[in-house]
Amino acid sequence: MAKIQINGKKVAIKQNFSILEMLRKYKLNKKKVAVELNGKILPQNQYSKKKLKNNDKIEIVQFIGGG
Amino acid sequence: MNEDIFKIDKKILKSRLIVGTGKYKSLNETAQAIKSSGADMVTVAVRRVNISNKKKPLLMDYVNPKKISYLPNTAGCFNSNDALRTLRLAREIGGWKMVKLEILGDKKTLYPDMIETLKTTKVLVKEGFKVLVYCTDDPLHAKKLEDMGVSAIMPLAAPIGSGLGIHNKLNISLIIKQSKVPVIIDAGIGTASDATIAMEMGCDGVLINSAIALAKKPVKMAEAFKYAVISGRKSFLSGRMKKNNFASASSPEKDLIS
Repeated sequence: MAKIQINGKKVAIKQNFSILEMLRKYKLNKKKVAVELNGKILPQNQYSKKKLKNNDKIEIVQFIGGG
Repeated sequence: MNEDIFKIDKKILKSRLIVGTGKYKSLNETAQAIKSSGADMVTVAVRRVNISNKKKPLLMDYVNPKKISYLPNTAGCFNSNDALRTLRLAREIGGWKMVKLEILGDKKTLYPDMIETLKTTKVLVKEGFKVLVYCTDDPLHAKKLEDMGVSAIMPLAAPIGSGLGIHNKLNISLIIKQSKVPVIIDAGIGTASDATIAMEMGCDGVLINSAIALAKKPVKMAEAFKYAVISGRKSFLSGRMKKNNFASASSPEKDLIS
């Protein structure tokens, strides 16, 4: 298991889990979110390649209503 | 009639009314209000996904970004770094380069921090963003923004969400006169007639959120704003009559029966 942080929450995930697998786990459509890995934006084409490791910090954002 | 085209950068919009998507009771109401407003551009905020609720409905499922242009904003940002981070993430979601920059300086008034705003605008323009900037109604700052290459200037009419209407008509009209990029009133409009006044003054567009979302019947108010903006624009283009201090009869004064 790897311990990571997603949107400020501590979660444990399987070893070698990719960003894409993580998005699927949370039922998120990769076209409707953006992902920041350890403070850097991760381009969509790297979601399947990039594996999560211990202590990674992830931010996943979406559009919501706003003025 | 000559075609009156509303263009921001290279983007042509059908409606001069841009609406916000916040403060509605539901996403369904948001979608309905947008539809009846006739707007083809809406502002949206960027926020964390709630990972503990997998079934939470998404704005994108109710308002199709392929039909209605999303204008991501930086609402809630109080400094340059947060605003840049937000807009770079927004660009990553949809590939949109047209964004609304809004950096606030004070929690009570939500007044724009122009020092941070100018600094951030410079970076965004350099990175290829098409920036619409929420700003004070100060003509000097507006000019500085225009010189930096912004796509539109968006001065406040009154504080965000206050519904007070246009408070400094003189400043707004000075900005309209000097600007070559669109001037869009953002924030402070309270009701449909305020939007008409803004458009009659010569604003290129208005951005409305609270005045629609917080009306008793938001969907109906959205339609009121649609016509208010059209009406104000047509009135502006028509050129109003001169004001007189005395009466001038509308019917002929000749050939009266007695």
